[in-house]
Amino acid sequence: MEIPRHWRLKKQRYGLVGEVCPHCDAKIFPPRDVCPHCGGEAKTAFNFSGRGEVYSYTVMHDAPAGFDQNTPYAVALVKLEEGPVVTAQLTDLGEEQPRIGMPVEMVTRKIREDANERGMLIYGYKFRPVLR
Amino acid sequence: MTEEHVHKNGLLKPNRPVGIIGYGAYVPRYRLPGAEVARIWTGGTGGSPVKEKSVPGLDEDVITMSIEAARNALARAGIDPFELRAVWVGSESHPYAVKPTGTIVAEAIGATPAVSAADWEFACKAGTEAFTAAMGLVGSKMANYALAIGMDTAQGRPGDALEYTAAAGGAAYILGPAEEALAVVDSAYSYVSDTPDFFRRAEQKYPEHGQRFTGEPAYFTHITSAARAMLDLTGAAPEDFTFAVFHQPNAKFPQRAASLLGFKPEQITAGLLSPVIGNTYAGAALIGLSAVLDIAKPGDRILVVSFGSGAGSDAFDIRVTDKITERQKKAPTTQDYIARRTPIDYGTYVRIRGNLALK
Repeated sequence: MEIPRHWRLKKQRYGLVGEVCPHCDAKIFPPRDVCPHCGGEAKTAFNFSGRGEVYSYTVMHDAPAGFDQNTPYAVALVKLEEGPVVTAQLTDLGEEQPRIGMPVEMVTRKIREDANERGMLIYGYKFRPVLR
Repeated sequence: MTEEHVHKNGLLKPNRPVGIIGYGAYVPRYRLPGAEVARIWTGGTGGSPVKEKSVPGLDEDVITMSIEAARNALARAGIDPFELRAVWVGSESHPYAVKPTGTIVAEAIGATPAVSAADWEFACKAGTEAFTAAMGLVGSKMANYALAIGMDTAQGRPGDALEYTAAAGGAAYILGPAEEALAVVDSAYSYVSDTPDFFRRAEQKYPEHGQRFTGEPAYFTHITSAARAMLDLTGAAPEDFTFAVFHQPNAKFPQRAASLLGFKPEQITAGLLSPVIGNTYAGAALIGLSAVLDIAKPGDRILVVSFGSGAGSDAFDIRVTDKITERQKKAPTTQDYIARRTPIDYGTYVRIRGNLALK
């Protein structure tokens, strides 16, 4: 079980909360307190819009432990409209095939169960085709 | 105290006028047609009480669905989540037995930490219980804004009549001062009795029907009693309402309740979603209301009556204001979610509802 890690990361995972650099205005995700662009201190919270597009993707058929009940599922690099690229599962594809350039939006979903049916439920961001 | 005296004092009216500041619906994208359930369990010969029902995806539960509905409600309300003083979620499918849904939803929408977060339980009217309490919190001036959610991923035993209808979905409402509201909630009326129509014991996976209590002694008695009391105490007649929404466990019950009370079919059509999404339990009356608000015009009057087994009904007298028009467009509509539809077969349904034993 990794309860402390899940607790520590909840803000960024539930709501795509990153940081904005007060020096160069770069939007940062995941939050790391130091701007990767200008090297300045960056601790100001920033709520990402959740909108972006698929930069690249793959489909998982042989999943790591904890994700095996969800196969097949798509994992994408999503380029957020504010700039950063995040790795996340795609969801709610229905009969749609993932494609590079697909407009997507962030939703908070159940990622997996920690350890087993007695462990905690882990929630976090995924992306789906834009609803409207 | 006489019964008549109790009745006359039964109206729940806030000290300061309150209303709905923002609302948001959620329905998952998967649909199980009733014909699929019939194909497996009756050889395809039986009818179905609904055309199809909504089914949550593998990664969805009451927490994730509540988060999305709450975000839609916040988008319409246009307030900072920090201004919420309550995040209350009514459901009979809270993902944890012990650990609140409310704290996770509050954290995800950015409302923590100065907020009351709690889970409500009253079978299918858990959502309107939270709604009534939110009216009280705002109406007493303890708070300016309170979020009430009714959401479910309902359980039905494989092969049981409920499997045709037990669905997933619901809606979120932000209650606030009437002068900011897109719809003013004038008053509520709650009618309950100890009625053993339907129950699920602790740690049981599926609920049980209490013999023949479901129809007349439970649903119809409580819905019509609450509705008639509301009409009586507010001096209103069915024709005074543009729309009416009744709890909808199937397609037939709410239509019969409307007819018994003197409402016409055109008054209930907009809020009658069970034929196409099934019974969303604690979400049912509230998502019926969200579908109505999506198309309502200033001046429209809406009667909402929920029902929860065990049993009780909450009735609400709602008047739409001129703020509705601009806020309708600020989030996806209920019909946007209903139109987003992927039909599945029974095998897929069994898998994504977790009914396959994998170990």
